[in-house]
Amino acid sequence: MISLERVSKVFPGTSRPAVSELSLEIARGETVVLVGPSGCGKTTTMRMINRLIEPSSGAILVDGKDVMRQDPVQLRRGIGYVIQSIGLLPHRTVAQNIATVPKLAGWDDQRIRRRVDELMDIFGLDREMMDRYPSELSGGQRQRVGVARALAADPPVMLMDEPFAAVDPIVRARLQDEFLDIQRRLRKTIVFVTHDIDEAIKMADRIAMLNVGGILEQYASPEEILREPANSFVQEFVGAERGLKRLALIKVAEIGVEEGPVVERSASTEEALAAMKRFGMDWVTVVEGGRLLGWVDRASLNGRASVGEVAPRRFSAYVTANSSLRQALDSIITSRTNVAVVADDGDRYLGVLTVERISKEIVS
Amino acid sequence: MRGSSGVVAISTWQWVVDNRAEILRLLVQHIQLTAIAVGIGFVISFPLAVLAYRHRALYPPITWITGLLYTIPGLALFVLLLPFTGLSITTAEVGLVSYTLLILIRNTVTGLRSVPEDVKEAARGMGYTSRQMLWRVELPLALPAIVAGIRIATVSTIGLVTVAALIGRGGLGQLILEGLNRLYNTEVLLGALLSVTLALVADGALLLGQRALTPWARERTYRTRGWMPPRKAGFPVG
Repeated sequence: MISLERVSKVFPGTSRPAVSELSLEIARGETVVLVGPSGCGKTTTMRMINRLIEPSSGAILVDGKDVMRQDPVQLRRGIGYVIQSIGLLPHRTVAQNIATVPKLAGWDDQRIRRRVDELMDIFGLDREMMDRYPSELSGGQRQRVGVARALAADPPVMLMDEPFAAVDPIVRARLQDEFLDIQRRLRKTIVFVTHDIDEAIKMADRIAMLNVGGILEQYASPEEILREPANSFVQEFVGAERGLKRLALIKVAEIGVEEGPVVERSASTEEALAAMKRFGMDWVTVVEGGRLLGWVDRASLNGRASVGEVAPRRFSAYVTANSSLRQALDSIITSRTNVAVVADDGDRYLGVLTVERISKEIVS
Repeated sequence: MRGSSGVVAISTWQWVVDNRAEILRLLVQHIQLTAIAVGIGFVISFPLAVLAYRHRALYPPITWITGLLYTIPGLALFVLLLPFTGLSITTAEVGLVSYTLLILIRNTVTGLRSVPEDVKEAARGMGYTSRQMLWRVELPLALPAIVAGIRIATVSTIGLVTVAALIGRGGLGQLILEGLNRLYNTEVLLGALLSVTLALVADGALLLGQRALTPWARERTYRTRGWMPPRKAGFPVG
């Protein structure tokens, strides 16, 4: 969808290039995050795609067409653009801001109004806010309006320069989750710039790791960058806790669960004790018709004939197949049983995960 | 003018009532002279300001020339123009217009330059042409500063128009001039009072107009950043 072919940029009056011979292929529907320290040319690279900066050499193709052979104004109207400070037009209302590109493109009023309504809903913006001015919005609302505005004319390509950097970490995490959700549905081709490796890992299908002077050090999926950093620069930039960061990317469903001690509520004490013995544990999960009820330990079964006579204790936390291994690990170290119990979304018991199993995944 | 400073019996109020038609005529004339001066001044300064904004190199020469015009004392300018344009309205207006230029140009440029960089960057990135950028983004956002310039120009022109009476072009200055000639204080005071009131009313009206046009610019977010000219020293009145 986007391809950079040996693109360089030397700004007038400087000897060192800001970007040197950068080649990058970005597939349709993919989110590529350009990440690196300041001076690595990530923003310059992004701005060359919609010709806010013109490359000194090399070629940039969007949908197979050389951007330098297109009218820059028309090119930009076909590419969504979000910057860190958002840059909402202060003299236009929320609705007018969102309608900016459709208006420039000459859509009729009714179509624009429908589109604005739709986007307000997608981004969870209250319709009452349509007539407010940007100065009357909170930081998080402004960012939402900014992203909604960039999506207004439904461009196939989006350029996002640290779009969530201007808000506090809690709002940022929420905006990131919301955007991932929206992107899963829309499947835009996105070039996303950030200096925050955690944001890159979270948002990216692939990460382009850039070094000062616009040198591409590694271009791979977040999982691969964490597992096999190409060199010491990447390793250093990724930083500590590489293992934990990788765990955040792997879903429980991907590694499968282990068997654990489990009995039906109607089971006898002997059956429960046998299950414990089989797994070398002194507790057992209790289910009823497959649904998770809780757990009982050896001591509480003393003198009872069946599991049903004891009220099972609830798991303080359990994980689902969609949880990340990082969440599973958290569940393991905070539970008294030292395993993570895995259930599906309907609370049906699936099995357990242990530290050993998770660690094997990381070390292998 | 009817009534005279010599007749003590005639009360001040009676004098005003007797001469109300003439006073009104001079007031209207004053407003006309001001409106023409500021109007023409705006028409000349607007393109110059946009030019100076777009091409930074043009800003110094433009403000240098208009600044030079601004420093010539009012009366001296009228005298300089007399051989060419005589005791005509042109003489008065050329002088008045030339004083508005510096104020209007500097305020407009200041307003355009204060448009936030990120707003322009986002607008360019969304595909505004440079013409659309000027008319739909930069000028609307510069409006508070532009109006601030018009307000200063209007108020100072209302003051300057009183001098136009010296070359027989009427306006409230004529009341002051006649009052001084006849040693009739009421007439002098009335001329001055009306001139000051007119300035205040015009200033307030323009401010209200600006507020109506810029509902987004609440005090907190977009304070008007106008440029004020240095005080003119030794301005010759009468």
